[in-house]
Formats: sequence, C-alpha cells, structure tokens
Amino acid sequence: MTAKRQRLVLVLLALAAVAAAALLALSALKDQAAFFYAPSDVAREGLPLGRAVRLGGMVAAGSVRRAADGVTVRFTVTDGRATTPVTFAGIVPDLFRERSGVVAEGQFQPSGLFVATNLLAKHDEKYMPPEVAGAMHETKSLEQ
Amino acid sequence: MTYGCAIVPSLHALANPQRFLKIARPLTPGLFWLGAALVLVGCWAGLTRTPPDYLQGETVRILYIHVPAAWLAMGGWSGIAIASIALLVWRHPLAAIAARAIALPGATFAALCLVTGSIWGRPTWGTWWQWDGRLTSMLLLFFVYCAFIALARADAERGGDGRIPAVFGIAGTVLLPIIRYSVVWWNTLHQGPSIGLTRSTIDPAILWPLPIMLAGFSLLFAAIVLMRMRAMLALAKAEARMRRMARA
Repeated sequence: MTAKRQRLVLVLLALAAVAAAALLALSALKDQAAFFYAPSDVAREGLPLGRAVRLGGMVAAGSVRRAADGVTVRFTVTDGRATTPVTFAGIVPDLFRERSGVVAEGQFQPSGLFVATNLLAKHDEKYMPPEVAGAMHETKSLEQ
Repeated sequence: MTYGCAIVPSLHALANPQRFLKIARPLTPGLFWLGAALVLVGCWAGLTRTPPDYLQGETVRILYIHVPAAWLAMGGWSGIAIASIALLVWRHPLAAIAARAIALPGATFAALCLVTGSIWGRPTWGTWWQWDGRLTSMLLLFFVYCAFIALARADAERGGDGRIPAVFGIAGTVLLPIIRYSVVWWNTLHQGPSIGLTRSTIDPAILWPLPIMLAGFSLLFAAIVLMRMRAMLALAKAEARMRRMARA
C-alpha cells in the first residue's frame, strides 16, 4: 500500500467517523432540536405543562374568531391528525390567515387550551404569482 | 503508479503554480465580467420582470440573492473540503492556497444569506431571528468559516503547510448535510426545500431569474477565488525574493 493510498484511506475513515458522530448527536437531539410541537405530538406525548413551548401547524379553515375586545383572537391549529385550540391577545403577523402555517409561543393550560404570547407566521415552500394562486386561494397579496 | 493522477488528472496538471497562473490569469477577467453581467441581468429580471408572490408580496424578490448566497456558502465549504482532501492525501501544492482563498468569499456569502434571510423573515414570519434548526446551523457555518480563516492565517504565518486547517476543513463538512436536511429532520420555522433535483414548488414565472443569478454569483465567486489565489502566490513569491535578498 503506497503512502498516498494510506492517507486516502485515513481521510475517508476520518470523514466516516465525523459523519457517524454527527448522526449520533443529531438522533439524540431529535426532539430537543424541534422548533415547535405539532398538535399530534401533544396528543401523543401529553400536555407539556408549566413551561413555555412553541406550537406549530396550520390555522384550521373557518376557526379564527375575534373577541369583542378587538385584540383577542381564538383559532384552532391542526396538523391533519390532531387539533389544538389557541388564544392570543395582540397584533397578529401580516401573513397570519386561515389554512396558512403558524407557530405560536406560549403555554398550555391544563384544559388543553394553548395561551400564546407571540405568533409567528410560517411560510411554506410554495411560491406563486397572485393570478396563479387565485385559482386555489381566495386570499390575495397585501397590496391588492 | 499513483492513484492521485488517475482520479484527478486535471487537478494534477495544475499542481505546477506556473501552469496554474498561465491558465488563471486570462480566466479571471472573463469569469468576473461574465458573472457581473449575469448578476445585472438577473437583478433587472428579478426586480422588474417577475410577479410578486401571492402571500409574501414584493419581499419574495429577496430569494434571488438569498438562495445563491446560501448555495455558494455551502458550495464554498465543499470546495474547502475538496481542497483539504487534496492537501492531506496528494499533498497538492495549491490546495492550501485554494482553501484559504475560498474561505473569505464563502464567509461573506454565508453572512449575506443570514442577513437577507433576516430581512425576509421580519415581514414574512414576524421575527428577525429565531433559533430554529436551519437558521442556527447556517449561523454555525458562518462561525466555522471565521474559525477556518483565523486558523489558516495563523498556520500560514507560522510557516505551516496547511495540514492543521485541512483537518478542520474536513471536520466542518459535517455541517453541510445538517443545513441541507435541517428542514426535513426537524420542525423548523424555515420552510422545507422548494427546489429539488427534478421539481420545484416555486412557480416558473417567479423561478426563472434564479438560475441566472445563481450562475452569475458562481462565476463571480470563482473569479474572486482565482484573484485571491494569484495574490497569495505573488505574495509568497515576493516574500521568498525578500528572504533571498536579505541573505545575499
């Protein structure tokens, strides 16, 4: 085995070792590294009570209700398998709308209601002009 | 029989710095001006010839800078990894210089990616920054670039042959799949991949200036790397001459 070939094998082994170490670390991180809980995670693992968490999913169609005080909004977050009711008092982001992604920061109540202290809109990977979207979405861009 | 010759014949032919300079000197302005022209065309197309997005409105145009910056930040580190392997395995004489030349523009594009993403995130998500998987791993890549720049400079100043930064360059490669798959493995605020090998979820009307920008920025990147490599070779030559004159 030439010296060159020996070094090549060593480098490849080092690459494999680094990749394996990273995979181990990442699989251990799997849950902690998640940015938010989905409603079905909550249904499966129980309510994470007493600490601040993030809840993410789609705003269920027809679920957004604005309270009489003008700042409180209630809606349901769904991931297709489970749903969670959410209440939030404050200014919602511009892209917050039904059938769109949302990430809410806050705490669960023992009743299962999620009280959000902050809302983030989650954009999906689809990009299209308004006239293309018009066929599928009744929503339009903010300027129009 | 050497394996290096068989695997990378073209790289091997460039092992001679003189031969490399003979090719790099005329190539640099060509790459630079073609890249600059493509970026200008891409900017014009992206700013005036494409429709706004149905949800994001005009902010969608940031993707024409953000996506090439992200790809070049990751492509740059791939280049450092390849140069590091070429250095450690085949002792390629230009590999250390190539890795150092790539590091600074790579770090710049990583920073550009983070800044444009932040500017896009404020109106889209409602936040400048969140510690989500994609954002955090990209920030880590920027820090790893900075560490590589410091390490490679220290190594070069002490007369090292670049082997220590090369080991770091290979270890840092682990970030690339993490960045790529962070949005698939974990729940993240950042959306999933829009562009795959065969399909894209970006409408063609919005997508088409992106390949122009991508090609333009890539050519500019290559031109900057060649300029930096030539400058480093010239500096090494000047220093060697100074040492010879001091001895004489």
